[in-house]
Amino acid sequence: MSNSLKGSLPKNSSTVIATARLIAAKDLRVELRSRVLLNQVLPFALIVMVMFAFALDSDAVLERVAPGLVWLATLFSVLVMVSRSFAVETADGALDQLRSAGVPAMGIFIGKMLALMVQLMVLVALLVGAAVVLYRASFSWEGGVLLVTTAIAATCGLAAVGTLYGGLAAGAKGRETLLPLLLLPVVAPVLIGATRATESAFGTNGIAISEGWPWLGLLAVFAVLFSVAGAVAFGPLLDD
Amino acid sequence: MSPIAHEPSTDVVIDLIDAVAVLGSFPALAGATLLVRRGEIVLLQGPNGAGKTTLLRLCAGLIPLERGQGRVLGVDLKNDRELVRHRVGVIGHNNGLYADLTVTENVRFWGRTVGASAAEVDAALQRMGLNGRLADLQVSRLSAGQKRRTALAGLVARRAELWLLDEPHAGLDASGRDELDQVLKLAAASGATVMVASHELERAGQLATRQVEVVAGQVRELGAP
Repeated sequence: MSNSLKGSLPKNSSTVIATARLIAAKDLRVELRSRVLLNQVLPFALIVMVMFAFALDSDAVLERVAPGLVWLATLFSVLVMVSRSFAVETADGALDQLRSAGVPAMGIFIGKMLALMVQLMVLVALLVGAAVVLYRASFSWEGGVLLVTTAIAATCGLAAVGTLYGGLAAGAKGRETLLPLLLLPVVAPVLIGATRATESAFGTNGIAISEGWPWLGLLAVFAVLFSVAGAVAFGPLLDD
Repeated sequence: MSPIAHEPSTDVVIDLIDAVAVLGSFPALAGATLLVRRGEIVLLQGPNGAGKTTLLRLCAGLIPLERGQGRVLGVDLKNDRELVRHRVGVIGHNNGLYADLTVTENVRFWGRTVGASAAEVDAALQRMGLNGRLADLQVSRLSAGQKRRTALAGLVARRAELWLLDEPHAGLDASGRDELDQVLKLAAASGATVMVASHELERAGQLATRQVEVVAGQVRELGAP
């Protein structure tokens, strides 16, 4: 192999960004090919919404609890999506190869998180649509702005925690059962914050839109905290 | 154990002197000495638990060098072992491929981890004989031998100078093994250095230019096969 082919991989920010883009593009391409989100996760989330409608069987109750049901269905779906995201990496030892090839862990974390976030945004959009159709939820233009920003902050937080704990559980025995145990308690603040903000956006029980913005602040803090912690901790976590 | 000369040379790819590597508290490598030059295909043989995989992992910069001296591709394993990782390709029982992606997409992905150009990726596919109808096939549809060839094309695309292979013939049928041997000989002829840990001595012996035995964490020179 000629000297000109000798690789150099400085661990600077541009390498991390390039790695993140590479990993995110690869994960989204894998999803486009396998269509797991389209054929399995989205139908699963919709079935959860329909089952809630059957169980509660009251328009008034459904209207009141619609925001919580949207985010509960999202949380359940996150578990499936995170499992899938890391199953792709571990099925043939690709994650080990990435680490043994010196690919920056921070780039792997950010890339997988971004891909997960994009998929979660699609999911939340569909679930909000389902809430409008099934539960008669509605929102104004202002509420729509709050809803979109809430979705961005909440999915960012969920993707960060999901990627961090997905990586932690990736090499563990019984990871399918371990992941919900690790993940669900940690994302409780997202469930609470996103539900309250979405209640404001929908105007549930006459709650004003202005009351939703402080909850968005909580979601933003959560997202930043876990994005930073995940980016820093992901490498040592994989190496262990 | 025959002593190995350690004259300085730019052709030296692996240079271990009394290397000790510990797994937990167990010294899996207990004073291993080994010199490997560019373009060699070295067969590592020895019983299970002798330290073959640990030796490969040490050379890949994946585990620390506890005592002794060690340089791989000129990088000091004691202080900078992470710097050697992107220049070394390790393939064990898994290939590190994404089943839903095509052969080309997999090779391109691994190439881009080091910023390889499209031309380099194409060249890697061509060198491994994957540029024909196989190029656009999903990896999930490939035979075991074709998957292994795709993984090796990934090593070429990411410019790995040292190939460390742990039981590479495992799980391959006769034609897959022949394919693999051809690929490794071609890689070595192109300047890559290959170290193969294997229990299949006859098969790997035909491939190797040199054999060493790992016994109780030490390396014994056996010479040419």
